Formats: sequence, structure tokens, C-alpha cells
Amino acid sequence: MPVPQRMGPVKPKQGSNVPSHLTKIPTVKLTKKKDEDDGTEMADGTDEWTQGKTLIKPPDQLDLSEAELKEEFTRILTANNPHAPHNIVRYSFKERSYKPISNVDQLAVHLVLDGNLLHQDSDEACRQRARQGLEKGNMPVESTVAEMDNERPDTPVFGEGVAEEFGAEERPDSAESKSTRREQKLTNQFNFSERASQTLNNPLRQRECQTEPPPRANFSATANQWEIYDAYVEELQKQERNKEKHKAQSMKKEEEKSRKKTAVVETQSDDITNVGRAAKIMERMVNQNAFDDIAQDFKYFEDASDEFREQEGTLLPLWRFQYDKAKRLTVTALCWNPKYKDLFAVGLGSYDFSKQGHGMLIFYSLKNSTFPEYIYPTLSGILCLDIHSSLSYLVAVGFYDGSVAVYNLKEEDDEATYRSTAKSGKHTDPVWQVKWQKDDMDNNHCFFSVSSDGRVASWTLVKNELLFTDITKLSVGGATVERSEEARHLTMACGTSFDFHKKIDYLFLVGTEEGKIHKCSKAYSSQFLETYDAHNMAVEAVRWNPFHPKVFISCSSDWTVKIWDHTVRSPMFTFDLNCAVGDVVWSPYSSAVFAAVTIDGKVHVFDLTVNKYEPICHQLVAAKKTKLTHIEFNPVHPIIIVGDDHGFVTSLKLSPNLRKKPKEKKGQELPKGPEVEVAKMEKLLNLLREPDNS
Amino acid sequence: MAETAESKKEEADYKRVHSFPLIRHTDMPEEMRVETMELCVTACEKFATNNESAAKMIKESMDKKFGSSWHVVIGEGFGFEITHEVKNLLYMFFGGSLAVCVWKCS
Repeated sequence: MPVPQRMGPVKPKQGSNVPSHLTKIPTVKLTKKKDEDDGTEMADGTDEWTQGKTLIKPPDQLDLSEAELKEEFTRILTANNPHAPHNIVRYSFKERSYKPISNVDQLAVHLVLDGNLLHQDSDEACRQRARQGLEKGNMPVESTVAEMDNERPDTPVFGEGVAEEFGAEERPDSAESKSTRREQKLTNQFNFSERASQTLNNPLRQRECQTEPPPRANFSATANQWEIYDAYVEELQKQERNKEKHKAQSMKKEEEKSRKKTAVVETQSDDITNVGRAAKIMERMVNQNAFDDIAQDFKYFEDASDEFREQEGTLLPLWRFQYDKAKRLTVTALCWNPKYKDLFAVGLGSYDFSKQGHGMLIFYSLKNSTFPEYIYPTLSGILCLDIHSSLSYLVAVGFYDGSVAVYNLKEEDDEATYRSTAKSGKHTDPVWQVKWQKDDMDNNHCFFSVSSDGRVASWTLVKNELLFTDITKLSVGGATVERSEEARHLTMACGTSFDFHKKIDYLFLVGTEEGKIHKCSKAYSSQFLETYDAHNMAVEAVRWNPFHPKVFISCSSDWTVKIWDHTVRSPMFTFDLNCAVGDVVWSPYSSAVFAAVTIDGKVHVFDLTVNKYEPICHQLVAAKKTKLTHIEFNPVHPIIIVGDDHGFVTSLKLSPNLRKKPKEKKGQELPKGPEVEVAKMEKLLNLLREPDNS
Repeated sequence: MAETAESKKEEADYKRVHSFPLIRHTDMPEEMRVETMELCVTACEKFATNNESAAKMIKESMDKKFGSSWHVVIGEGFGFEITHEVKNLLYMFFGGSLAVCVWKCS
């Protein structure tokens, strides 16, 4: 037992090497004292070290002699616990005495530590391994990733051990990866927590679609050697023929060929024109369906009540034709197409002197009452029109500004084919009537026009131009010579209407604004054949009877309609209609039937064989405050069209009474045809004449 | 002998003369037709001995260019009845003795 020995200084007093164990207490005290001094005196400390050591004897040490000191003692170390009691006695209840226990527990516990290792085959270990096995299987990647990312030094030892086992058993394939990488990091069960979240997934929807498959067609043929040969031979022949043709045709004009080609191209129907045609048919079908009842009426309806009304008839309104852009215009002219019985032309303009605007030329068909077939807008209002009797595509039009124009319906253009200008002799006043004539000797078409400036002009279509010739100049007071020339020029009459005789080509009638009617001839330009003092106001219309060669009718704003025999200066019949008459027209089927329209919206139909004084039908046709301006009979169907000042054209059907044929006498065959009509008229006139004659 | 020589010459002639591509029936649009015809001619010339390869080449090019499911038949003697998509059929002769039929039907 090493006791820290202090070097005690040897007192110089004693001066002899006294063994330490013999040093007396006072020496110790001295050393102790010295010790106390040590703190203060450093220099002496070093001296103490150099001086030799002196053993200090503890006070209770045994004093032994030297021989005793050198004695050797053997010491045996045993596993016995020195503190364990040697004799433990226990009471034995069996023997009822105290008995010593033979083997005494020699175990001495110095330190107890609870470890956390499990045997790998124990239950708990198996359970843990199983749990870890699942985790391992689920996240082999994550564990490697985790391992790569951060070192976890506090992984429990047992975890690693299990992981190693596990890895080796369950994933032999990744053994290589393990060897290459560091050990798979297992999730620490104690400070690992799972986090999971689920995003909101939109609900699923199903969408299906079926497209139309592309169209398919079948095709079959045979491919043989002879077929191939034949085809080639044919092809060669065709090529040779083409070559010959080329050589031959290179002589001909190439223009022709190109023209032919274009013609061929045009006749090949274009997609758009096909669609157009189909659309047109559809439109007509739709219209027919929409106005089905009207179409039925037009065709089949006969007013049954006519049987009860002896002398009266009615007009059944059928279609009503209107065009949006024509709403503010007045119907100024109507004309049926001589070739197509359902087509008619409407001229639109304005009678109002102050309100002159544009005009329109519109063609309607009975088959389509909602939209016109042809539309030609014009700058100036139209006042009259006429369709050529044989060439039904040529339309002559007279304008308010005095010019005349010819439209060709066949052309796609909106413009007139021919147009008169100031240079080419257009009228200076509105043109009130135009009428086509027979082709002249050069086979050029020509037509006549009459206007308020007193001229009756003839226009000829020569190539691309309109050439005019003045036929007659109308002057007030007839062609009297007495008047001086200046006076004559000043007093030009204004022609408002004219009509050509059906049979006698050169004969025509002109009605004037002064109320006179002049019978003129194309041959005489300055003289009138006859003048009739017809009316007190302007003559609105004058028309020859289609059957009787001598009879014509005239109407005027002075409320009267008069029938004349052109050989007689006074009228045969006069009818007062109580309202200004806009137009009068003979019927095409009977020489004694005519119709007139008045500006109060009424249509009057007269049949002279039935009633010589009164109309057999007068009917309000238009709405209030609508003036009727023109009327025309359809040459074939028993309908009339009436135009008014709102741009509407109304079609009406004549009831049976209005189109009576003369009664058949029993047993007598009635001669049909115009002779009958002429005879009818003749009879009527004779009735009148006799009192005249007498 | 002269006759056979002549006939041989004729044959050679006719083969030469009848080699141009002759379209027998088609309902393709102009551009497509020209392209397909040229492709067929190229393929047949390239694989003059092997109809199958020529057909394969034509079919694959047509599939790429004009959409899937083309069918090609090349031969010297065959009859056929097919259903094809409208505007996707070409039937032509080539090389004096070859007939090529190309159609699309998916």
C-alpha cells in the first residue's frame, strides 16, 4: 500500500540517517510543520525532492523485527466471496431444528444492467422480424435512399442484426446491391413515424363517341395476261388516235377548241349550282306546303255560291306577293310572261312627283310567293314594262327619268342590257308606256315608248345600242296647221298610255294627260288619224279589245271607264265608278268582260253580256288606304293580279260567274273561238247603234 | 426461222412498248394517284423478281404516307373482289405482265 510519502527534511540536529520507522513523532510533526510551510516557501520544496525519501511509519503499524519482515507469506486467491457468510443456518420445519446450509451462495453482484438483445428464435424476435419483413418488402428503395441520405448512428444493434438476416433470406437478388452500397437502413422503430396523405382525385367520367366510318365500296376485277395485253393495246391505239387528232386539229382555230372546252366545263354541273338548284326546289316545296290551301284553291276552288247569285261573282284572294325592299314603292306596272304562264313581272317606282327614289324590276312566280325569282334594282323608278311576246327573256322598261332600258333575263348581270341615255335620245319626261313590236326588217327587236314630253319614240336594238326614232309628236289641239310653229312646240301634249292594235300593225292609240285619245298610224308622224275627246282628266289606260277589231276601252282619273268603237267619235259605253280609276283591262277569254281598279282599293269586273250598266263584281281587295294601281288578267288561269301602292301584288281568283261562257243551246253546236267573241261584241254594239242610227 | 425471230422481236417489242404504267381503274384524287403510281413503279422495278418484297415495300410506304391498313396485291394472274374505302383504290398494269392492286380498308 503505497502511501504518498512526503520528503521530510532531515533535521541537521540529528545528523544521522535514522530509519524512517524509527523517527519519532516529533519528526512527523516537524514534517507536518514543514508541510505547512511549504505553501509559502517554494524554493525549499525543490530541495526536498532532491533529498532522499524517508519512509513514514503509520502510528498503528506493527513493530516487527527484520527477520519477521522478510518472511514470505503465500496468499491463495479463491473465488469465494470473502464477505459471504460461511455458516448460514436455516430453520428446517421438517426436523424442527436449525440446520446449516451446505452451499452458500458466493455470488456477489457488483453491477446490474438490463440489455435489449433478443434471441433470434424467440417469439418476440419472430414477431418483430415478421413485421420488419413487410416493411422491408414495401420499401426497399426508400431504405437505400434513406441510408444514402443520412447516417443514423443510433440504430439499435438488434435491428441491424435482424435486417442483415432478413436481407440475406428474403432478398438474395439484392445481396449484390447491398454489398455495393452500405447496409440497408431500416426504419427506426422508436423514432420513425409514418406520414401519409391522399390527394383528392377527381371522379372519373366515361365518354364515348362513335364516328362515322369512312365510306366503302366494292371492286372486283381479274388480272390475267390477256387482260393486261388487251389494255395495253387499247391504250396504244388511243394514243395514236390522239396524236392524229392533234396533227389534224392544229390547223383549226384554237379559239374554238378553247371555247368548246369552257362550254364543256360550264355544262358540268358545279357543286354550288347543284346546291342552288336543289335549294330552289326545296324552297318551292316549302312554299307549296305552307300555302297548300291557297294552291288548292287556285286550282280547284269554284265558288259554289255563284249558282245562287245569278249575276254576281266574287274574287277569291289567293297569294300575296311582297318583297321587303319594295315596301315603300308603288306597283307601277304589271305584265304576265307570255311563255311561262306562272311568271309575271312587277315594275316598282313611285307616282309621286316629289318623292322620287329608286325603283325595282321584280319577277314573281306563282310557285313561290315569298321571294321573287329575279330582282333588278334600278336607280330611277319604273313606270312601265313590257315583255317581248316571243322572246320572253327580253323585258323593256320605261323609267321616271325618261330613259328606257332593256333587260335580258338570261344574263346573270343586274344591269340592263341596253339603256338609253341623254345622248341617245331618251325622253325628257317620264315614260308612261312601252310596248314591243315585231322585229323589223333587219331582224332587230324594237319597241315603242310614249312619254309626257309628247314624243312617241321607237327604239331598235342594234347590236349593243338602242337607236331611237321619233314616231309622232303629240300636240295639243290636234295636228292643226293654223297654229304657228312656236305655239305648237309649246303646247305638247303629254302621252300617258298607248296601245297597238292586235291585227292592224300600224294602228295605235295614244291617251294623253289632257284627256284626249289620238288614233295614230306609224306611217304618219305629224298627223293623227282621229282624236277622241275622251275624258276630263288624264287618260290612265287605253286598250284595244283582244277580239273585236274595232273596240277599245279607256279609263281615266275622272272616275269613268269608256268603251269605244274607233269609227265612232263618241263612246259606246260609259261607266262611272265613283272613284278615280287606275287601270282597266280586257279579259283574255271573253270580249265582253273587263276589269278595272280604283284607288279606293276596289276591283270592278264587268260582263257586258250579263249586265250592261253595272259591274257584276265589285270587291274591296286591298286594305284600308291602299290604292290599287294596276290589274292584269292571266292569259291562261282564271286569276288576276292587282298591284297597289305599298308594293304588294295580290292575286285573286275569278269565280265562275265572272268567266261565263255563253249558254249552250240544246242541239246546237256553238262555234268556239274568237269569232264568238266578236259576234258577242257586235251584238252589243248593234244594240247601241240602232238607237244611234235611228 | 425468220418467223420465230420476228415473233421474238415482236415479243420483245411489245414488252418494251407495253411496259409503261397503265392505270386500269382508280378513284383516288389526282395527287395521291400520281404518287402511288410512281411508288408502285419504283417498287416493281426494284424487286423485279420478288413480288412479295415489292408488295411489302408499297404497303409500308402507303401506310406511312396515307394512314394505316393498306393492302397490296401484285401478280400476273389473279381475280379479286374487294371492299375498299372510297377514294382509296388503285388498280394498274405495269411491265407488260404485272398487275398491281392497292387499296385501303381498315
